[in-house]
Amino acid sequence: MNDIDRRKFLKMAGLGALFGLTGLSMFEVVTKKHIEAAVEKYKILPNTLTAQRWAIVIDLKKLDEKIINDCIRVCHSIHNVPQIAMQKEEIKWIWKETFEHAFYEMEYPYMPEQMKNLPVLVLCNHCDNPACVRVCPTKATFKRKDGIVMMDMHRCIGCRYCMAACPFGARSFNWRDPRPFIKEENSEYPTRMKGVVEKCTLCCERLEIGKPPACVEVSNGAIMYGDLADPNSEIRKILATNYAIRRKPELGTNPCVYYLI
Amino acid sequence: MYDGWKIITGLVVFVVIVTLPFTMSIGKAYIKPEPRIDTPEIQKLSDAEKKCIESKEFMRTKHFQLLNEWRDEAIRSGHRVYVSSTGKTYTISLQNTCMKCHSNKSKFCDECHTFAEETPYCWDCHIQPKEQNQKEAKR
Repeated sequence: MNDIDRRKFLKMAGLGALFGLTGLSMFEVVTKKHIEAAVEKYKILPNTLTAQRWAIVIDLKKLDEKIINDCIRVCHSIHNVPQIAMQKEEIKWIWKETFEHAFYEMEYPYMPEQMKNLPVLVLCNHCDNPACVRVCPTKATFKRKDGIVMMDMHRCIGCRYCMAACPFGARSFNWRDPRPFIKEENSEYPTRMKGVVEKCTLCCERLEIGKPPACVEVSNGAIMYGDLADPNSEIRKILATNYAIRRKPELGTNPCVYYLI
Repeated sequence: MYDGWKIITGLVVFVVIVTLPFTMSIGKAYIKPEPRIDTPEIQKLSDAEKKCIESKEFMRTKHFQLLNEWRDEAIRSGHRVYVSSTGKTYTISLQNTCMKCHSNKSKFCDECHTFAEETPYCWDCHIQPKEQNQKEAKR
């Protein structure tokens, strides 16, 4: 026992240190993984609609004032979006623009007035390369595997970097408690609080229960949705046979809301 | 002892300050928080159904950890179903699952939170159930 020489001592010390540093933590990682694999505690709802890359196609030829107002009203009422009259503080998930403003880069001299003033529905483009996600310091906004750019209100610190980054103005900041400005609360959906940024979530809470996004449902066929990654999907067929434009594609965010003109 | 009186006054002041939390509460009645689960929704359930998603002890000590886990799973991973330790499945939603049974936020949540001076900010966004019926019943 007493004949531990220098060589043996170093070997033992080295092994001991290695185990002390990594052994225990390695052990923990392995067991944790085993436990998680054994009991799957969290699952998706059985009726969830899934896709690899959700996208929206809006047919401007079919849009009219009534459809536009219906979409805005339904979306804002089910998501408890407050109606704030002051333009600087207004909150919007989906709203009306004129063609001239939504697609300003397409404007040219002597453009028909009718085209200039064509009503367009605009919303979050759920970009494939979202600038808002890149700048968010808390990962409160993130891109899901199915392409939806989501907001995690629990993490939003209200820094508004995402609003500065978004080229589409799709995000609104809650300058005040939104609750007094909600006419009729939908008790199935949360509101927001003062100091967070909100935007369209592509109705992920409806996709989870097998329903299409609310705007698609009330648009009378003017708005379509589907999987952009699936070549056999309805919207891919529509895009393959119609000419479509996107808002500010030159910025490289790869927006996933397409407009048929 | 040099400056003995200074040291002793200092010690006395120190002891008084340190024991303040105890001396301040002398004479104050201790009101035991009594969260209630006797909502009409729960009373309607049969005895077999009258169980929370996990055991009482687990919920009492870990409900906040579970809720934190739930919000990450539901929002960030899209996992809306929770499989409990008994194998039953529940839809993950504070507003639409928890509070559908526990519709008495003031007696279920606030009772202990107020006692422990906890101010969770769930209700800044999540809409709490309307408790009017119970208030009216009391009158």
